Amino acid sequence: MTRLLEVRNLQKHFPVRGGFLRRVVAQVKAVDDVSFTLESSKTLGLVGESGCGKSTLGRAILQLQKPTGGQVILEGEELTTASPTRMLQMRREMQIIFQDPFASLSPRRTVAQTIREPLEVHRIGTPAERNHKVEELLQVVGMRTNVLDRYPHEFSGGQRQRIGIARALALNPKLIVADEPVSALDVSVRAQVLNLIARLQREHGIAFLFISHDLSVVEHVSDHVGVMYLGKLVELAPSREIYRDPRHPYTQALLSAVPVPDPTRKSRRIVLTGDVPSPMNPPPGCPFHKRCPKVMDVCSKVIPPVVDVGSAAAPHRVACHLHT
Amino acid sequence: MSEKPLLRVRDLIVEFSTERGVVRAVDRVSFDVFPNETLGLVGESGCGKTVTGLSILGLIPTPPGRIAGGSIQLDGHELVGLPEAEFRRIRGRDVAMIFQEPMTALNPVFTIGNQMMDVLRRYKGLTRRQSRAAAIELLAKVGIPAPERRIDEYPHQLSGGMRQRVVIAMALSCGPKLIVADEPTTALDVTTQAQVLEQIVKLQHEFRMSMILVTHDLGVVAETCHRAIVMYCGRIAEKAEIGPLFGTPRHPYTVGLLQSIPRVGAHEKEDLAVIPGMVPDLLHLPRGCRFADRCSRRERDCEEALPELDGDETSAARVACFHPVERMS
Repeated sequence: MTRLLEVRNLQKHFPVRGGFLRRVVAQVKAVDDVSFTLESSKTLGLVGESGCGKSTLGRAILQLQKPTGGQVILEGEELTTASPTRMLQMRREMQIIFQDPFASLSPRRTVAQTIREPLEVHRIGTPAERNHKVEELLQVVGMRTNVLDRYPHEFSGGQRQRIGIARALALNPKLIVADEPVSALDVSVRAQVLNLIARLQREHGIAFLFISHDLSVVEHVSDHVGVMYLGKLVELAPSREIYRDPRHPYTQALLSAVPVPDPTRKSRRIVLTGDVPSPMNPPPGCPFHKRCPKVMDVCSKVIPPVVDVGSAAAPHRVACHLHT
Repeated sequence: MSEKPLLRVRDLIVEFSTERGVVRAVDRVSFDVFPNETLGLVGESGCGKTVTGLSILGLIPTPPGRIAGGSIQLDGHELVGLPEAEFRRIRGRDVAMIFQEPMTALNPVFTIGNQMMDVLRRYKGLTRRQSRAAAIELLAKVGIPAPERRIDEYPHQLSGGMRQRVVIAMALSCGPKLIVADEPTTALDVTTQAQVLEQIVKLQHEFRMSMILVTHDLGVVAETCHRAIVMYCGRIAEKAEIGPLFGTPRHPYTVGLLQSIPRVGAHEKEDLAVIPGMVPDLLHLPRGCRFADRCSRRERDCEEALPELDGDETSAARVACFHPVERMS
């Protein structure tokens, strides 16, 4: 397995301006000191609640939003300092699939135009070759080629998401950031799209960063799962481990909160009190300590370091004072 | 359940006229809701679950929509055809609604106290001071910390979970017998959803209300409802108590839905079972069973006639299918 992507201490802070002079009065730490690696043909699932920074992390990796600190290394090459020309070339290797298939496709472009665009931007192939590629891509995502001249409004949500996936595949990327790709879809259609993503990964060896708030979907698709809270990665482990033996109290609460379609299973639910604090004024120490059922004195003072509680073969990283 | 039902819906038909023709969003739907019971209405987008909920409160936008047939009786009083003025007396007092997106249910230019007191003064005839005290008490009941301070805040100052609690408090304020909750937790995060669902169930016991929970999430249904109705293309596919519905589902659509959900704890990176194809266009419905062309158990008769629910209102589990999945013991 080759290491495709390495993220080191990545930061994305947004300045908050206020007052008459629009001075910077605070920083929103949307992504704060996040590190992980991703191998090709593997999927890293990122879960967390709204505002935890998971989408910003995805965008900062793709340099769609410039990180304010840390490094993103794709195939040994540092992206945060790459020149604009080099960056354009690197973009061929990494693509994104968006959540809302209604907003991510231009309503004035046909399916063929939408899927062909990346090929044109990167000047790949002759017009005839491009058309051929577009037809091939549609077949790959399970659509008929007679839809080429149709517009997005003629399709259902699931089909639009397939078009978005075909567009992301056009440049044979090595990494795809999928930002809530199935959240807007109905259950029966969602399963179809999830299976498509799994097949593409098997056949093309693509690595996925799969961002979702839905823990059951993330478990299903991911090899590793990272849990984010207020911009920090609080736990990162192999998918099987994190669901079998979650170590961070936030992960435990998050997992126990998922409603299970099985009335015979009596849930032992950990109900958290309060809401996620504002990322503008995160509490000192551990970001979770105000809602944590196992809070200790140290938690409000010291930011917990990341420790490995797993084995050499299956690292299990957690940032919690219970494990230091 | 031998009790008299609180709500009795019979052969409800709701139609919408569109540019392309008349769409029948709800097609001869019948069900009862008993006192203190939570009934789930589940299905995917466009199956008619929300329209069914809205018609109970007389909230079908007319035109383009209209109740084209059937009857809805609340405590023996017929609601279909009731003039708007009379409906206003029932809404809020006897039946209340909780919507999916709390921000659209609250008025952004009034404080939440203002909006809550309005309802209390109008329906319960309280004075200004009494209504304020009652509103604070309600906010405390739905789990809002520091209610005497929160009452003077505007909706935008509250988080999503808080807003939904305020909406629930407003729905409860006149002690309705029935609450229709349309995807009450869909817009919320998982941990907030767990808090709000727990609160709803607790309050339902406390206020002794019945509830219709409209949702697409089978997990939420399994954890909160006593019985549930699975809808597909405007019709009831299956209606059963929660035990048999999840334990021995009989309609191929219900089976397919349950199999296509990935479950936490059952880690396997295999393909999920899928229901092939798509929901048919409501304007061009097939003559026979609406699920037929996606169904693995389809036979010739499925394409010729519409299956009706078997059994009667007293059956614990009913299915509308010519070739239902056998009950496994």
